[in-house]
Amino acid sequence: MVVSPLTAAQIMLAIDRYLGGHFFDTQAGGSAVIWMHFFWIFGHPEVYVLVIPAFAVASEVIPVFSRKAIFGYPIMVAATVGIGFISMSVWAHHMFTVGMTSNANAFFALSTMAVGVPTGIKIFNWLATMWGGKIEFKTPMLFCVAFLFQFLVAGLTGIMQSVVPFDWQLANSYFVVAHFHYVIVGAILFCLFAAFYYWYPKATGRMYNEALGKLHFWLFFIGFHLTFDFMHIPGLLGMPRRIYTYEPGRGWDTLNLIVSIGVIFQAAGVLVFAANLIWSYFRGKIAGNDPWDAWTLEWTTSSPPPAYNFAVIPTVKSRRPLWDLKHPEDPDWKYE
Amino acid sequence: MSAATVTTFEPELRWGPSARGRLGMYYLIVAEAAIFSIFVVAYLFYLGKSLSGPTPQQVLHVPVFFTICLLSSSVTIHLAVRSLRKAKPGAFARWWFLTLFLGATFLAGTMIEWRHLIYDEGLTIQTNLFGTTYYSLVGLHAFHVLMGLLALSIVWLFAMFGKVKSEHAERVDTLALYWHFVDTVWVVVFLVVYVIGR
Repeated sequence: MVVSPLTAAQIMLAIDRYLGGHFFDTQAGGSAVIWMHFFWIFGHPEVYVLVIPAFAVASEVIPVFSRKAIFGYPIMVAATVGIGFISMSVWAHHMFTVGMTSNANAFFALSTMAVGVPTGIKIFNWLATMWGGKIEFKTPMLFCVAFLFQFLVAGLTGIMQSVVPFDWQLANSYFVVAHFHYVIVGAILFCLFAAFYYWYPKATGRMYNEALGKLHFWLFFIGFHLTFDFMHIPGLLGMPRRIYTYEPGRGWDTLNLIVSIGVIFQAAGVLVFAANLIWSYFRGKIAGNDPWDAWTLEWTTSSPPPAYNFAVIPTVKSRRPLWDLKHPEDPDWKYE
Repeated sequence: MSAATVTTFEPELRWGPSARGRLGMYYLIVAEAAIFSIFVVAYLFYLGKSLSGPTPQQVLHVPVFFTICLLSSSVTIHLAVRSLRKAKPGAFARWWFLTLFLGATFLAGTMIEWRHLIYDEGLTIQTNLFGTTYYSLVGLHAFHVLMGLLALSIVWLFAMFGKVKSEHAERVDTLALYWHFVDTVWVVVFLVVYVIGR
């Protein structure tokens, strides 16, 4: 449903290019702006297609390493559904500088601010899950905690840009590039790393090296903030995106140098990550079925799981079926 | 097929293969509906924006007969599936063939209409915005009818060899779901192209 508008727009473009059609041909009365609309009707929900699985990873990892059940599960689900719906109606906030009507600008500014509400609910629920928990800062948890902080900042710069006059000033600048990298790297990639470390023992049967994992985290965390924190500032100073060079003396030089130094840290972190995955595959400690004392079903089967997953289809009575098995005297289904 | 995989209709087996097939078809329909929506929006957006003729008012005629053919094929496919559920393969094959025939008639109607537009009215996909959006939208729908006819023909071939039985009713019904969708899309295309746009 999200990708379909892109499919349709691509068919139209192919008709224009190969059959001599006029969908986006301004010489024949066609509109280039409608291409932008069709593209972003796909393009913005696509961001949520990427980030919602990252949310799912955080919702698996944060409770296990806080030693608490997730806070406000039904509200979390409702917030995800809400994000899914609202994300379909925010696309033209990518197009404020095109020159739409004031009403259209107002609608897309408001819908964009509205998507911050369910997202904020999720942030608060993850924090409430950690609140009062016995937090273990293993590598997956470190990545998820950094995700919480970075996703908050990414969301806040997004709300800033939903304010139309502010966006007129900053559209097509490095501020935008910094904003969406905060989402794609700071939120999605961090959760992806968390997922790699969290399920590595389950997928391979061996533990990753915790010291190397933490080294990866700190290298990547420092590199990320050097690169993308400092990328906001040249954007605010007027540096446009999609340029490969600029004249000296505009005040962007030092900031861009810091951005580049950050890349070195990130690259080093990824090398440590790759080395850890490869080394641990052969030399890692045997993980066992359930190295994290977790509560979901994948941890009841062997590591790696057999092709058939479960010999008998397990009976699930609550959101934490493995907790119920471990604590028959105090199962979750009594409370849910 | 072993005895262990015999299909029963107990509630815990609701998520069997046929339910998965239906779910897959629903997903396909949602995705396709989104594609059609974009084409419909483009058609409506470009109404009256062509820089040269011909215009829809000058050249389009409402295809009443062929529309009746396509819409009634939704009824015949429904009757076909119902016959199959009641274990009447003969009636199923007859209704199914009638569905195929009505669908093919509709497609022939599109062919006749396009031939008239291209050779008599000089309207091609390159002529103007109307030509581009008209042939794209109606053509996209006709392509879906064609794909549906191919699928229907395959089932009909199986039926001719006596291979379609009442236990296949759910699968055949999944295909019928697609056919109903194609008909529904035509209602929208008909309204947009021949009623609103003319």
